Amino acid sequence: MEYVIEMLNITKIFPGVVANDHVTLQVKPKEIHALLGENGAGKSTLMSVLFGLYQPEEGIIKIREKEVKISNPNDANNLGIGMVHQHFKLVHTFTVLQNIVLGIEDTQYGVLQMKEARQRVIDLSNQYGLRIDPDALIEDISVGMQQRVEILKMLYRNNDILIFDEPTAVLTPQEIEELMKIMKLLISEGKSIIFITHKLNEIKAVADRVSVLRQGKYIGTVNVSETSKEQMSEMMVGRPISLTLDKEEAKPTTPVLEVANLTVAGHHQHKDAVNNVSFTVRAGEILCVAGIEGNGQSELVFAITGLVKQKGGTIKLNGKDISNSSIRERNVSGLSHIPEDRHKHGLVLEFDLAENLALQTYFSKDLQSNGFIKFDARTKRANQLIDQYDIRAGRRAKTNARSMSGGNQQKAIVAREFERNPSFIVAVQPTRGLDVGAIEYIHKQLVKARDAGIAVLLISLELNEVLEVSDRIIVMYEGEVVGELNPKQTTQQELGLYMSGSKKDKEASHV
Amino acid sequence: MFKNVNQEALKTIFASVVSILIGLIMGLLILLVTDPSNAFLGFQRALLGGFNRLPRSFGEMLYQATPILLTGLSVGFAFKTGLFNIGASGQFIVGGFAAIFIGVRWTFLPPSIAWIVGLLGAMVAGALWAGISGALKAYRNVNEVITSIMLNYVAVFLVNFLVVATVFNQTRNESLSPTNAFIPRGFFNDLFPRTGVHMGYVVAIVVAIIIWIILEKTTFGFELRAVGFNRHAARYAGVNEKRNIVLSMMIAGALAGLGGALLYLSATGVHIEVVDVIPLQGFNGIPVALLASSNPIGIIFSSLLLAHLNTGGFYMQTLFPTEIINIMVSVIIYFSAFAMITKSILEKYLKQKGGKNA
Repeated sequence: MEYVIEMLNITKIFPGVVANDHVTLQVKPKEIHALLGENGAGKSTLMSVLFGLYQPEEGIIKIREKEVKISNPNDANNLGIGMVHQHFKLVHTFTVLQNIVLGIEDTQYGVLQMKEARQRVIDLSNQYGLRIDPDALIEDISVGMQQRVEILKMLYRNNDILIFDEPTAVLTPQEIEELMKIMKLLISEGKSIIFITHKLNEIKAVADRVSVLRQGKYIGTVNVSETSKEQMSEMMVGRPISLTLDKEEAKPTTPVLEVANLTVAGHHQHKDAVNNVSFTVRAGEILCVAGIEGNGQSELVFAITGLVKQKGGTIKLNGKDISNSSIRERNVSGLSHIPEDRHKHGLVLEFDLAENLALQTYFSKDLQSNGFIKFDARTKRANQLIDQYDIRAGRRAKTNARSMSGGNQQKAIVAREFERNPSFIVAVQPTRGLDVGAIEYIHKQLVKARDAGIAVLLISLELNEVLEVSDRIIVMYEGEVVGELNPKQTTQQELGLYMSGSKKDKEASHV
Repeated sequence: MFKNVNQEALKTIFASVVSILIGLIMGLLILLVTDPSNAFLGFQRALLGGFNRLPRSFGEMLYQATPILLTGLSVGFAFKTGLFNIGASGQFIVGGFAAIFIGVRWTFLPPSIAWIVGLLGAMVAGALWAGISGALKAYRNVNEVITSIMLNYVAVFLVNFLVVATVFNQTRNESLSPTNAFIPRGFFNDLFPRTGVHMGYVVAIVVAIIIWIILEKTTFGFELRAVGFNRHAARYAGVNEKRNIVLSMMIAGALAGLGGALLYLSATGVHIEVVDVIPLQGFNGIPVALLASSNPIGIIFSSLLLAHLNTGGFYMQTLFPTEIINIMVSVIIYFSAFAMITKSILEKYLKQKGGKNA
């Protein structure tokens, strides 16, 4: 058997969009086959076709060399196809074991028989090194363990074609490494894996072959060992992409943001999320706050931007104490904020692009008079930003924000926040979930802002990004600053030690 | 580009028409089941509605439409700003009482302005009443559906108490008639003689247009809608979202309160009866708003539809018991309010068809 899956000439059309245009995907048995493409390239559509969620207009699917028709996910399951979705499909109030057997429970006289199921789950988890606690509730376990539960669900159903949809997006560096090991173990045991991603490092690390999609079209399939990251990104984006950021030495000048002894209360009463943190960001430099998710970075930003009131300490912007200023006062005195959650804070998804681009400036003299919106000025301004920041939006200023891709939504936020003359920008995970092209773009914009004399505070979980973009790094661990590092003199390993709390500078809480 | 907008609007209108048609068919079925011999004549009168006995019936229809146009605006405005104001009834009756109180007790006011003061007083009363729900929502995150629905009961009993204490007509167990605060009938007197319709209808239309302008054209409306769609993003952008939630609710309450004044200050002998019933006009605001997808201009028309059916129901009274008529009207409205569901079914159908063609 040469191929375990063959999807030949698949075409899937949605009203107005050709999501898959004669796409071919051939997966060999016992290989990790990466499916690479930017957001909106058609990866998810292709997998939904394979999983029976959509019916293609054209093309045939062969599983183990037999032509099949997959009309729903049950058909897919019967053919041995399983999928770990990007957003897990787990019942949060059920235990791990209950989630795994859900839908195929053994019963006797209508009573659940969990004993055998339990043993099988434990055996499977030992066999594949999938550490889980069968009796823990899903809501109590880490995202990494939830993912292992999803993998066990597939194995428990005897699936041998496993689809992983962007599995690393939610994981910490350590968890990613563990997942990679598990994936390799799975193929050594005879499984075949389709690995959907846009992270080139991960493809290099585990995949055997890679198929690339661009704007719904099939670009080609190559052996990972015979290609480079540059070649793959060029196939994906359609133009050469520089994976290393060109930037000159920072020339920091005066202090812009001064944080002193800042303490922010946490969700749990007994522990502060941010504990006595002090640092300064100067004009013309990018200071990066590194750390594993949930070590107080979000709360730090909330306090700086005014979304949460601090418990103690002071925040100064351009020498002025803004500790007790309202959000609006901070925003108009030079603070720009690219928020962590662009759907929660960054955009009003029901609004169109013009309205979203005016979200921080609708009250300015240019966009209103006597409380009445100047629609022409607003549209003109929006179109100008759309061109300047190359925001792809089908209906220009009238485009509904919800209908835009993640990358373009982020570009819209960047455009809005950069174009209101800030002296200080705080960007929280500005490239999360974006593809290479968009990441390159956002990084360039951050450096451009820096070179224009703006003070930039970057919060990032991605080690690459931390080392690539920043001029200075501080590491947060359990709400405290545990170290200050120079990106040119440190390594991923050293950074990792600080991030996991294994290493601490003395006196580090005052940098 | 522009074609898309039109198509979307077209779909919405088409879905509304289809829903109303389904509702009408169901209404006819009810008449057929109850009394087949009179069903078609009765149905004809229901359909004719405000056109049964022109011009009088038309005037009656406008009179009926006046208060529910306001309660519809109240519910619709709250919807547009992300709130479900189910307490329009309470705000309506509180506003109505304020208007009657001013009309009965503030006799020092000249008639030319007494009714205007009555309307304004009703708006203030409705606003303050709804402000309770707004403040609880904004500062204590208590769901406004619960607080506003409970306040309906409080409002009814409080108003009963206040009527008895201040403006009571003991022999008839209802409020006294205002002495000099009546809404003038203006040109409606010539157009539709011997009907209840008064200048309050013009006030209602003007208010609908003002609400539309506030929502769509002003920075204030922009803020309110931003808070309604995404409270977090509005806060991030520096909007004082708590204050805006309170204001939203207060404006909704003022609209419902004004509706109460427009009913009780009409010169047709309507009084607040001291009974334990929540006024229907408030709840009718919900289908009126839903039918129009909360668009203030659309609400002018959806309130007319409801008034049209009710007027038709009046002319059916010689043929059918009022209970059956009310059931028929309710069923028609019930199905009409499914416009949104019809629209999504329609879209699904078009999509499937489109998929096959391609």
